[in-house]
Amino acid sequence: MGGARKRSKDKLSTWDWQVFCKDTIEGEVIPSCFGSGGDITYLDWMFSAWGWTLSVALLSLVVALAFGSLMGILRTTPNRGLVFLGNAWTELFRNIPLLVQIVLWYHVIPSLIPVLQGIPSFLLVVAALGLFTSARISEQVRAGIQSLPRGQSMAGLAMGLTLAQTYRYVLLPMAFRIIIPPLTSESMNIIKNSSVAFAVSIAELTLFAMQAQEETSRGIEIYLAVTGLYFISAFSINRVMHFIEERVRVPGLIAAGGK
Amino acid sequence: MILNLDFAFLTPEVVSGYVVKGLIFSVQLTLVAMIGGIILGTVLALMRLSSRPWLVMPAAAYVNAMRSIPLVMVILWFFLLIPLLSGKPLGAEMSAMITFTLFEAAYYSEIMRAGIQSIPKGQVGAGYALGMTYGQTMREIVLPQAFRNMLPVLLTQTIILFQDTSLVYAIGAYDLLKGFEIAGKNFNRPVETYLVAAAIYFIICFSLSMLVKKLQQRIAIIR
Repeated sequence: MGGARKRSKDKLSTWDWQVFCKDTIEGEVIPSCFGSGGDITYLDWMFSAWGWTLSVALLSLVVALAFGSLMGILRTTPNRGLVFLGNAWTELFRNIPLLVQIVLWYHVIPSLIPVLQGIPSFLLVVAALGLFTSARISEQVRAGIQSLPRGQSMAGLAMGLTLAQTYRYVLLPMAFRIIIPPLTSESMNIIKNSSVAFAVSIAELTLFAMQAQEETSRGIEIYLAVTGLYFISAFSINRVMHFIEERVRVPGLIAAGGK
Repeated sequence: MILNLDFAFLTPEVVSGYVVKGLIFSVQLTLVAMIGGIILGTVLALMRLSSRPWLVMPAAAYVNAMRSIPLVMVILWFFLLIPLLSGKPLGAEMSAMITFTLFEAAYYSEIMRAGIQSIPKGQVGAGYALGMTYGQTMREIVLPQAFRNMLPVLLTQTIILFQDTSLVYAIGAYDLLKGFEIAGKNFNRPVETYLVAAAIYFIICFSLSMLVKKLQQRIAIIR
């Protein structure tokens, strides 16, 4: 027990950042820290994992925005059937844990729908994360549209616009501006949630962290680096969304600027 | 080929042998993290709202750090760090309890902060004017109202927490999902077990969220 404590203190007090320069197979330190000729270092591996994390997150965000907006809009239409469809969609994807949804897409859906069997697992995870997030975005889009005064859609319809035109030219331009802040946090959530893809062996950052920790026993250094990359990713998204928010702001409206 | 499902192997014996143990752990983990998280979260919220910078800064840093790291990474961090710091290995189940309590505290603290801020300042002033100490004002006046106003949000967060407990998969703790997974492997019926697992999570979370909605309406009427 005493010995264990001493050892663990040694482990905590000494850093070994060279672990990232090690070759992943031979374990030897490569001076340039980047492998060449097919060999890769842990640093190479980590950057490739970062690429997977960003790809999964950004593609899922596109899927989530498309389905989330559609379902959110349906929930505010006068048609009861469409409202029910939007509500059912949202409740279904919101009430099953993300991990379970990813596992379903990966293990269950291809065996139930044979057409999907050839699809790479990367795309299945994108579908899972995208649809999971679409439920949350649909909530925000619905709330954004419903926060507009009822008179706006009435005015649009009274002027002879069709329902679709009323949404396109009157409601959505304002609603999307209003929900930029919650969309920002949802976009940051999607970076964090992409970590769950480790469970189906997508080579993203969390899986890298687990495997590299096991191979090198340098968990703290590796976890710190991975945590830092998640932080940078989420923060960049935050800045991009802030930039969009400023660009699309309508002067004179509180809702458009948040200031 | 398409619908070759067979749920017959899920007899009561199989369910009680594989699944119940996991369900009990998932519920236990949720309850521990909820109670511990709300208590710790309330303390963090009070720290952030105090007028002393040395209380505000660490609490804000803690909450922001926890909220910007993926939960899976937090689970892995604690699983790595707790044995290093305490000098003895801790089981995945115990590690998960500690991790979830500390992690959820950050989220509950944001809810409690909003709840405390929703109470008019005059009430705090009234408490002091009556000769109450800070602790008494908080305990007797502010926190009961904040807690009550925020009850629906706290419960919604708890539903999310229950869903998130499935992520203990990362450190191999035996939870509801794991129980189904092992049953699926042993009977070579993974598709069926995953479907049932999803259905059970859905039923639990959907009915809880309906209850929260009811509660929200009742609270709204009384006020």
